Amino acid sequence: MSNVVSIFKREFLGYFSTPIAYVFLAIFVFLSGIFTFYMGSFFDRGQADLQPFFQFHPWLYLFLIPALAMRLWAEERRGGTIELLLTLPVTISQAVLGKFLAAWAFSGIALLLTFPLWITVNYLGNADNGVILASYLGSLLMAGAFLAIGACMSALTRNQVIAFVVSAVVCFGFVLSGFPLVLDFFSSWAPEFVVQAVSSFSFLSHFNAISEGVIELRDVVYFVSLIAFWLFANAVVIDVKKAD
Amino acid sequence: MIEIRNLSKHFGDLTAVDDVSFQVARGDVLGFLGPNGAGKSTTMKMITGFIAPDAGSVVVGGEDIAVHPVEVKRRIGYLPEGAPLYGDMTVKGFLRFIAEIRGYRGGECDQRVDRAVELVSLGSVLGKPIETLSKGFKRRVGLAQAILHDPEVLILDEPTDGLDPNQKHDVRELIRGMAEDKIIVLSTHILEEVDAVCNRAIIIAEGRIVSDGTPAELVARSIMHNAISITVLGNAANGIRDALAGLPNVRGVEIDEEAGERVRLHVFPEGGAMLIEEVGRMVRERGWEIEELRVERGQLDEVFRNVTVGEGVMV
Repeated sequence: MSNVVSIFKREFLGYFSTPIAYVFLAIFVFLSGIFTFYMGSFFDRGQADLQPFFQFHPWLYLFLIPALAMRLWAEERRGGTIELLLTLPVTISQAVLGKFLAAWAFSGIALLLTFPLWITVNYLGNADNGVILASYLGSLLMAGAFLAIGACMSALTRNQVIAFVVSAVVCFGFVLSGFPLVLDFFSSWAPEFVVQAVSSFSFLSHFNAISEGVIELRDVVYFVSLIAFWLFANAVVIDVKKAD
Repeated sequence: MIEIRNLSKHFGDLTAVDDVSFQVARGDVLGFLGPNGAGKSTTMKMITGFIAPDAGSVVVGGEDIAVHPVEVKRRIGYLPEGAPLYGDMTVKGFLRFIAEIRGYRGGECDQRVDRAVELVSLGSVLGKPIETLSKGFKRRVGLAQAILHDPEVLILDEPTDGLDPNQKHDVRELIRGMAEDKIIVLSTHILEEVDAVCNRAIIIAEGRIVSDGTPAELVARSIMHNAISITVLGNAANGIRDALAGLPNVRGVEIDEEAGERVRLHVFPEGGAMLIEEVGRMVRERGWEIEELRVERGQLDEVFRNVTVGEGVMV
């Protein structure tokens, strides 16, 4: 456990030792504002809630989270430090977990920095802060799922650009799989349960309820098991092709 | 004690390490020699548990690294090839990270870092980001990281690569100073280094051990070992050569250089015999005027070339 903490600290502080952290945080807050006010018609809706803010999170995460995750392992490979890290007395799972948690905590900070929206909505009306809190937690959970995918893709390559593009595409697949576009493609030939299965893999179908403040167990289980699966895959990838 | 048993590793069709076995005991400094691509680094990566061998085992202090990887890694300090480091961290931040991972906390963590910093003289760059340091400093940070926990086993992949002669000297002094109670394995392609710090040398070529012995034994395999180099003033080169060739225990005489009024020859002994007395007597008896007369120790790079280029080259 203490190894996880050490690795977590190193990774987490690593974000702030370069301009990456500040650029990322600024863009995240800026874009979430744009989405909320312009595309989500925050004011025109006339409701004191943050649904316009949360409903765009899957799209925001789609390209911002892979940018956060791409360096996790690709940079270790490129710099050769993976050899240093994995010959220290740490297990691969500790390294995978420490890195993931650092990136997750960082995305949590990005979310926290959107607090002016929460202040705004409370200033403008009587917002249900329980719902908002639930949505924040749900959003963080979804960010974790995106990150776990990104971390695994980052483990596959020494090139951060490739890691970014591949994880964005995979995440896109997970977001889109609830869309009629994708489902129609399957429903024309596949049996109903396949269509259901594909649909149930969608981030959107699981996040929609959450963005309205309803946290259901099955949605939580979905995101948590998705995180567990991709972190496991991450560890396997590192174990199998450490030296490549 | 580390025991390497029948280690093999393949990358696709390439056999990087082929049935390598050896043991190193406490107090030994083992030099790992070989041409580039011979399998030195791959062997070291397997000893330190970074990659798993296809066959064979690595046992450190009685524990198999495949069975107890974390315990074995605790006993080892490792400087990987090229000394990879987290460039965005400061020297101090990096060493503290290593100390924490090695299980040190609080005051002991500081002590360990301070001691390692002192041993490799990093005091002047403690607060600087590693990526801004010169190659020599980076290598020393890598060394500091490896020796921070005062490990029983030290594996150093080309520890002096890219250092200037003074820095090389410092690193060798450091290694010699630690040698007594440690097991040290270092790879190099600088042959003088083996002579300077190692008490044992293994030459590896195409993944196999082709020679294993002390540096002195290695040198003794040179055809120049105990040969006499002599420079005589005069121009009767052939006469001098024939006279020297007539001495007992002489295997052959070679004219190395004939320039104007002087001739330089090498006298090769039979079976490493000492010839200096006989040659000296002949010089006096014949009244040759000599400019140079010395016994050669032998040349490591010649031995290295002979054992690594393949059989049949050695006379």
